[in-house]
Amino acid sequence: MNKSQIIFLVILIVLLGAIGFLGSEYSIDWMTKTMIYAIFALSLELLVGTTGLICFGQAAFFGIGAYAVVKFSADIDSPQIAYLLPISIVLAGVYALFVGALSLRTKGVYFIMVTLAFAQMAYYVIHDTPVGGGTDGIYLYIKPNLFGIPVESSKSFYLFTFGCLIAVFGFLGLITHSRFGRALAGIRINETRMRAIGYDTFYYKLAAFVISGMIAGLSGYLFAVKDGFVNPELLSWHLSGAVLIMIILGGLGHLRGAFIGALTYQLLEEFFRSEAIFGAFAKHWHLGLGLAIILTVALLPRGLFGLPSLWQKSSHSHEDVKS
Amino acid sequence: MDLLTFLIQTLNSIQYGLLLFLVAAGLTLIFGIMGVINLAHGSFYMMGSYLAFGLSPIFADTYGGGLILTLIVGLILAILIGYLLEWLFYSYLYQRDHLQQVLMTYGLILVIEEVRSLLVGDDVHGVAIPNWLSSSIPLSEVMTYPVYRLFISGICILLAIAMYLILTKTKLGMMIRAGSVNREMVQSLGINIQFLYRTVFATGVAIAALAGMVAAPVSSVYPGMGQSVLIICFVIVVIGGIGSIRGAFIASLLIGFVDTFGKVLLPEVAGVLVYVLMALILLFKPSGLFKAGT
Repeated sequence: MNKSQIIFLVILIVLLGAIGFLGSEYSIDWMTKTMIYAIFALSLELLVGTTGLICFGQAAFFGIGAYAVVKFSADIDSPQIAYLLPISIVLAGVYALFVGALSLRTKGVYFIMVTLAFAQMAYYVIHDTPVGGGTDGIYLYIKPNLFGIPVESSKSFYLFTFGCLIAVFGFLGLITHSRFGRALAGIRINETRMRAIGYDTFYYKLAAFVISGMIAGLSGYLFAVKDGFVNPELLSWHLSGAVLIMIILGGLGHLRGAFIGALTYQLLEEFFRSEAIFGAFAKHWHLGLGLAIILTVALLPRGLFGLPSLWQKSSHSHEDVKS
Repeated sequence: MDLLTFLIQTLNSIQYGLLLFLVAAGLTLIFGIMGVINLAHGSFYMMGSYLAFGLSPIFADTYGGGLILTLIVGLILAILIGYLLEWLFYSYLYQRDHLQQVLMTYGLILVIEEVRSLLVGDDVHGVAIPNWLSSSIPLSEVMTYPVYRLFISGICILLAIAMYLILTKTKLGMMIRAGSVNREMVQSLGINIQFLYRTVFATGVAIAALAGMVAAPVSSVYPGMGQSVLIICFVIVVIGGIGSIRGAFIASLLIGFVDTFGKVLLPEVAGVLVYVLMALILLFKPSGLFKAGT
């Protein structure tokens, strides 16, 4: 870890810890949601930022993780995190294995379309068949507990989510600095060369895809438990698009970018939906969000993380003009 | 399933497949020529339906129950919108990578949907079928087939033939085909690439909008209607091979049949069947059935 990463992590832990202990009910709830999205964004960051695979179907794994906890805790008096969480993660991973094994046979723009189509397939399974309970969704009545310790209050669930976020951060940090992670980065930069020096890149990509799906499943689990409710929209391609926007907003290639992106996206949404600012127009918040997305990608292709270097570059060119 | 039901479902499959072809053809052409993956293509289909909804009452008293004038005016408007969008938005996407194209066109979908919501609201609307097309052909004592559906198929076939002729027999078609195989070469041969791009893009928008216009009376007009069409069209492009018009045609009909018969025979899993088909194709032909430029 370099210095700025350590500083970021310390600030993050202090800030999130402070909100957890001092924040109001609303801010805790809001921050929990943001952290869940951050975990979700981190899962995609491993694919897009590290491996260079643009997956437009990440919501499928999120939704499967969410539905798994609701389905498997039904009719149980004391549902346990100890087995529900692994079930969510594994099921999302299994679907990721299926999607990855097929979609990784393709490249580039095909891959984008195929992952989107398979996510839509999962959406239809949940939406149309008896498995998912249709458009209305399903409620989760009893929140799972941790070996008998209840994780019901918003504060304890906040801490649990916080723990998950730090664990995912750490896990992905280890991965990206491992041999495996280096190989993934190599695939992003030049896959042909990686193959030439003897890496069977397909299995590396598949492994990354499955790990990413599992982390998305974890975030889906958290989302379902937080709201106590799931519906098919969790698998919709709007969410897949939104999470892509998050990692772009933050800046690709940095794990921190995923968190910053999730936070910024949440703030943007909050801003455009605010009736205090836009009045009756606030119900058309998608208009502002859409324009913001277009402008961000057009002007800040490297995200907020690219901002300092962009500024440096422009001040450099300024100096060039002077000299 | 008796023979007559089979016949009716076959006609329905062809009609649905042809309609999808109109949208998928534009999508695959735009990618083939300009290298832009356009998520907002389904929105052009939706735009067409809303144009039909908005225009048909205005022209209701003209020749042919207003349908003909609606189609013509709608088509002209769609071409104008296509030119405008290419100039203002899409021309900036050519140099960008796929990820940025995906996100920017995703943003455009949100914008188009909200503009639609501001202009016409979020209600579901119907568009009337003009009298001369509203009859049905009796096939047996109980079963009939609506003339309007045949009309849709007819229009789509005419357009498909026109596209085929333009692509294979004209100089413009030659440039388009060449462009989808090797863009740089076309550019270096001194062909006005900007004109080519704008024409292809506006045509793509126009045929998607036309599909939306003719489909409006059967499918009704509702928010978000373009998005399910878009994803099905992605499946078509993946199956047919990206950049291939012929592939898009074959794949559209294939999807039309699988979806229509799936809904009749296996209604529970009908929504999933087209994706299963895609999965199978990916297993055996990961780059689609046809090559680009065919």
